[in-house]
Amino acid sequence: MYVYQEHDQQLLEERVAQYRDQTRRYLAGELSEDEFLALRLQNGLYIQRYAPMLRISVPYGLLASRQLRRLAHIVRTYDKGFCHVSTRQNIQLNWPSVEEVPDILAELADVQMHAIQTSGNCIRNITTDEFAGVNPKEIEDPRPWCEIIRQWSTFNPEFAYLPRKFKIAVNAVPDADPALIGVHDIGVQLVHGANGETGFQVWAGGGLGRTPMTGSVIGEFVPWQDLLPYLESILRVYNKYGNRDNKYKARIKILVKALGADKYRELVEQEFAELKDGPMTLTKEEVERIQSCFSAPAYQTEDTAALEAKLAEDKAFSRWYHTNTRAHKQAGYRAVTLTLKKTGRVPGDISDEQLEAVADLADQYSFGVLRNSHQQNMVLADVAASDLYDLWKALDALGFATPNLGLITDIVACPGGDLCALANAKSIPVAESIQRRFDNMDYVHDLGLIDLNISGCMNACGHHHIGHIGILGVDKKGKEFYQVTLGGRGDRESRVGEKLGPSFESDQITDVVENIIKLYVEKRLENEPFIDTYERIGMDPFKERIYG
Amino acid sequence: MGKVIIDGAIADNQWQRLESDALESGVPAQGKIIVPLAYWQENRDTLIARGDVAVWLAPGEEPKDLEDDLDSLPLVAIHFPAFKDGRGYSYARELRTRYGFKGEVRATGDVLRDQLFYMTRCGFNAFEVRADRNIEEALQGLKDFSITYQGDVNDPKPIYRRA
Repeated sequence: MYVYQEHDQQLLEERVAQYRDQTRRYLAGELSEDEFLALRLQNGLYIQRYAPMLRISVPYGLLASRQLRRLAHIVRTYDKGFCHVSTRQNIQLNWPSVEEVPDILAELADVQMHAIQTSGNCIRNITTDEFAGVNPKEIEDPRPWCEIIRQWSTFNPEFAYLPRKFKIAVNAVPDADPALIGVHDIGVQLVHGANGETGFQVWAGGGLGRTPMTGSVIGEFVPWQDLLPYLESILRVYNKYGNRDNKYKARIKILVKALGADKYRELVEQEFAELKDGPMTLTKEEVERIQSCFSAPAYQTEDTAALEAKLAEDKAFSRWYHTNTRAHKQAGYRAVTLTLKKTGRVPGDISDEQLEAVADLADQYSFGVLRNSHQQNMVLADVAASDLYDLWKALDALGFATPNLGLITDIVACPGGDLCALANAKSIPVAESIQRRFDNMDYVHDLGLIDLNISGCMNACGHHHIGHIGILGVDKKGKEFYQVTLGGRGDRESRVGEKLGPSFESDQITDVVENIIKLYVEKRLENEPFIDTYERIGMDPFKERIYG
Repeated sequence: MGKVIIDGAIADNQWQRLESDALESGVPAQGKIIVPLAYWQENRDTLIARGDVAVWLAPGEEPKDLEDDLDSLPLVAIHFPAFKDGRGYSYARELRTRYGFKGEVRATGDVLRDQLFYMTRCGFNAFEVRADRNIEEALQGLKDFSITYQGDVNDPKPIYRRA
């Protein structure tokens, strides 16, 4: 992980003092609601349906065990004993009080955590592949670049009052999009040039929300030295020309689309010409300093014979192993996903005691580090083959070993109408109802990989557009309805799904999902995943089955 | 006469910012005035002859529109009808770094303590703090942080290039 220097720590402490004073002035009536709104949002504090919601930043999803323990303490002391993993790898508290937020920030700052720019019209948390650094397919570890971008974006004075929120993701895997860069305001793809030198293909103008679309390539090959001046150029063009009259047209995607990618690129190149080779140019020393924080841990040589024997004799362990763990760069190691999707539990929720238990497991089995995934799960990325069986037992006891990673019950869902003030409909009961319908684990496994995503409103926090099956809550005359999309992808590539047709009432939606799945089972070729069947047969058979 | 923060200290405000409707019958005979960009463009020669004149930019009016005039201007104001409209931050930065403007760059309008630190870093050196707010207290806003990661108008070196 990134190791904080004295100045990084001091910055956080100054932030706590600043925000404490802002809160004091707000409570004393010296700041208006509207003035405080912008300030608290830049600190991740929303005023929600029943209580405020505080979004805590987890840069590119990485959490050290001591940070997990501090989060446990915070949710126990200041909240109702649980928190929520978000689709941008952050952590959300659902019941803090406005008055106590400065104290929460001080507690976080002690362990190098904060809530800086987790909301508001500014540059948000930088996200990446939850398997970054251990993914055998990546060309390079993307996390140092995430950290470099994080520092550049933190309290960047020019980009604190953008037209709208701004999300950046980084991917280092070729021919796949585990970080969803295609649907980010800026997507940064690591590439290697002709001589093996690191560079970036830079995308802009993707996004979900009200007008979902994938981005366009703006920079075909940006040399590593130029990463920050190039990003700054994209942001400056957006800051000057993004729509500020209508918040629904304010994201960069609307501007890129209106101008066209070629024109946008031309404006970026004009800005970039001034910045290139200037003081923002990254130095080799700085990149190496950051990279040194992410060097591989002390892996041991592993004998996998015992593991093979366990896999042969314990069917449940084997199912979990093949579903919830995946290949690692290092021979003899696996990356383990903790599925926070047990039926009956809110997707992505975790309690104080579970946070502490997970911290202990991270220390014992994964060099003290855990990651949040954008599918609202957690990952222990560096587990030795000889530890897998014991870890599985421990996770099973915690309820985090449900062998459903990537399957239909591994549902991604926003907090929805149960908690969120923006929501048009509930998400959590819909997720639970679908999980209960698909309660036979053999059948769930037979169905294979299916991404099912639920958002309670257009803002798309549940990433419904990129679910193979997407469900969107809509409001019709005060009643909750659900719209279904099919064919979205957030796997090999990012793609926005197509609408199935008119929306459904809440008591119909689970039947609709079941009927979609039945049709897939009838039509699939041997070993053909849902998304491939959909792409082969198209939307019409599904329409006919559901509405015919 | 109101007060203004200039270079980190409170001073008397020598300048009066005029909206276009206040200029229908022409400029006042005396006093330092800040006129809208359109009025400046229409009356440039007369205004230069009068002297004591500066220009303010509204959101959407860029420093480029003043590119040829900057040498004759002692002050450029950037107006914030609402503090959340952040275009002015890029304009100030452009005035300083692209056009090398050495005169006063003043923030006017919805100018509040909690934005001053960022504004300073983008090249503003003068602030007409909104009239209903305490300007003494607003001074604190210039000192929110002692640490910055990025370079800025005052020191273009990011933290990894500083000694």
